Amino acid sequence: MSAINKLSVGIRKFHTTASRLRKYVELTAVRYPLLKRGNFSFLSDRHLGFFQSILSAHQVLTDELNDLSGYNVDWMRSVRGSSRLVLRPKTTEEVAAILQYCNVQNIAICPQGGNTGLVGGSVPVFDEVVLSLELMDEVISVDELSGVTIVQAGCVLEKLETVLHLSNLALPLDLGAKGSCQIGGNVATNAGGIRLLRYGNLHGSVLGLTAVLANGQIMDCLNTNKKDNTGYDLKQLFIGSEGTLGVVTQVALQCQPKPSSVQVGFFGLNSFENVLETLRLSKRNLGEILSSCELIDQSSLECVTKQLELRSPINNFPFYMLLETAGSNAGHDAEKLNSLLEILINNGTIVDGTLAVDSAQAKNLWGLRERISEALACEGYVYKYDVSVPIRQFYQLVDDIRIRLGNLPIRCCGYGHLGDGNLHLNITSHEYNPILLNRIEPFVYDWVGQERGSVSAEHGLGLKKRDYMEYSKSPTAIHWMRRVKKLFDPNNILNPYKIFPEQSSTD
Amino acid sequence: MSLRILVGCKRVIDYAVKIRVKPDKSGVITEGVKHSMNPFDEIAIEEAVRMKEKKIAKEIVAFSCGPTQCQETLRTALAMGADRGIHVEVSGPEYETLQPLHISKMLAKLAKDEQIDLIIVGKQAIDDDCNQTAQMTAALLGWPQATSASKIEAKDGSLQVVREIDGGLETIKVKLPSVVSADLRLNEPRYATLPNIMKAKKKPIKKLAPKDLGIDVSPRIQVVTVEEPPVRQAGAKVENVDAVVEKLKALGHA
Repeated sequence: MSAINKLSVGIRKFHTTASRLRKYVELTAVRYPLLKRGNFSFLSDRHLGFFQSILSAHQVLTDELNDLSGYNVDWMRSVRGSSRLVLRPKTTEEVAAILQYCNVQNIAICPQGGNTGLVGGSVPVFDEVVLSLELMDEVISVDELSGVTIVQAGCVLEKLETVLHLSNLALPLDLGAKGSCQIGGNVATNAGGIRLLRYGNLHGSVLGLTAVLANGQIMDCLNTNKKDNTGYDLKQLFIGSEGTLGVVTQVALQCQPKPSSVQVGFFGLNSFENVLETLRLSKRNLGEILSSCELIDQSSLECVTKQLELRSPINNFPFYMLLETAGSNAGHDAEKLNSLLEILINNGTIVDGTLAVDSAQAKNLWGLRERISEALACEGYVYKYDVSVPIRQFYQLVDDIRIRLGNLPIRCCGYGHLGDGNLHLNITSHEYNPILLNRIEPFVYDWVGQERGSVSAEHGLGLKKRDYMEYSKSPTAIHWMRRVKKLFDPNNILNPYKIFPEQSSTD
Repeated sequence: MSLRILVGCKRVIDYAVKIRVKPDKSGVITEGVKHSMNPFDEIAIEEAVRMKEKKIAKEIVAFSCGPTQCQETLRTALAMGADRGIHVEVSGPEYETLQPLHISKMLAKLAKDEQIDLIIVGKQAIDDDCNQTAQMTAALLGWPQATSASKIEAKDGSLQVVREIDGGLETIKVKLPSVVSADLRLNEPRYATLPNIMKAKKKPIKKLAPKDLGIDVSPRIQVVTVEEPPVRQAGAKVENVDAVVEKLKALGHA
């Protein structure tokens, strides 16, 4: 047995989510010793005094009186900052006052929403002040006819969904983190999720937003018109900017009528060719009612059923697919789906599976897909890759990596938004293992780069993937991105150390 | 043993749906709303199927009473393993005033006509929460009853049933034929898998009218009004303990 395996075997396996939370997380500054703190001010009593003068007591959290680890550690428990101060504004004006002051005083800021990001972009790297949007959680308005909702950035996505349901509307996005993530964070990271196939991404469904710039200026782009061609569409810059160009405080979102008929099916297939054929026919025969098409491989299902004690309707298939349709007529939708299934079963493309008969079953089936991330985290340390690749090669990367890594990891598994060509490749080991990491990277990025794919389809770059921007963006594009950053945030106080690779020479 | 089991499956509004009252207050909105099989009845079907797999039962007959869409509920039962279905069609205003007593009479008549050895129903429906059908059916037939069952064992012409009661668990023995009502922890219903869903399409569903069974479904009750519960007063959030005390004083509670 190799030295690494001996080490892994000696370490206790973590089974439950609760014990996962007790796991020690190393300081980012220690784990990544090459990172250097920027030339920002160190927080002083004078600074603290200013914040306390413009905010109420409960809006200013210091490490002396509070446990800030929830703000300093990411959901994956892979990075830990050492922020000593968390500010929790309640209005756009308070955000503006904070940023204006920090810009002048050269204080670095880490904007934070639900802290569910997976690339270390939502927590400080060093001692940046955390600007949490969590108190700005109101749904300001919902218009049933136009489907437009105006909501504060700190509103938890699931809460927004519940409010929208009352007006028979549905969100244009949905993701596993919805119980904790905030709409502002979703917008700042251009979150994708399981409905993108049907409703497109946030660049289309965000009609407007309010953002506060680094110098404290409030940029009002809170348009609610579906169509508005009156100059450059600046809001698009903030969508997906990961908090580096401004802090989003309000969002105007185009919502959809809530579908009255949702069908969820879970199927087992014997080969990836069968998976592709199912995707092809689903798009053709289900047409506009197809709302999700997800892939789960055997290893992922094994992990989620074992670690979280969930029940799967079928077992022992190399591939599983979860299909969801959403429409306005249950009879029509059921007929379309049943006809499709009859074809696929009769020609052996799908071997077995089930259709949810009620919401409880639908929820449980979705749980098998949405909780894979949580289950993987229970195994120890997760090396997580979220890539866009040509659909035909969707699973090839998993096969290649599995061979390359041998028995170094606990598991290599792949699952994801098949319909969008977005694969989530995950590798687990008991503890963070730099040797394993070096065998995975840059192999994965080279592989994806060669296919002209995206090295981060929806998770963003944050801290952990910032060095890989160049695998998916040209040097010219990167150059001009830096220019835009400099224009909007000349002092680099907004989420420094994130998304851009370390600069080797002056621009 | 080779029992013939009759299982009652009620079509109800899906548990996850937010119930809305009709503007004229005559009832709740059911049009276009997602319906599914009463969860306790799913458990009943599952138990019957397990008994068939253990060769205790030889045939499972699924029964549902209501509008045409009850056929979907029956197809679900068939996909889970029932052999055939019986749909007693009642719709419109008569369906809205249908009571457990009507259902019990239907079950009792069918039990005689179809030579049933065991009737299993869910202990209650999630829409009316009546918990009456099993008991009244047993009384009409003069059969023993075991309600709120959380475990059933079949032995030589009788059933040993563990019941969930307020004080804990009660174990009783009932001779067959009998009526059992299923409680939550009796089992975890299976997912109906595709091959079975396909097979179920070919299983027979017999359609009957209440008068075929000699049962009068004219209403015995009149719905006066259906109203939503009073709107909950919004709570207030305050910033610290002092503010809580002040607020309580202002509201006259301290």
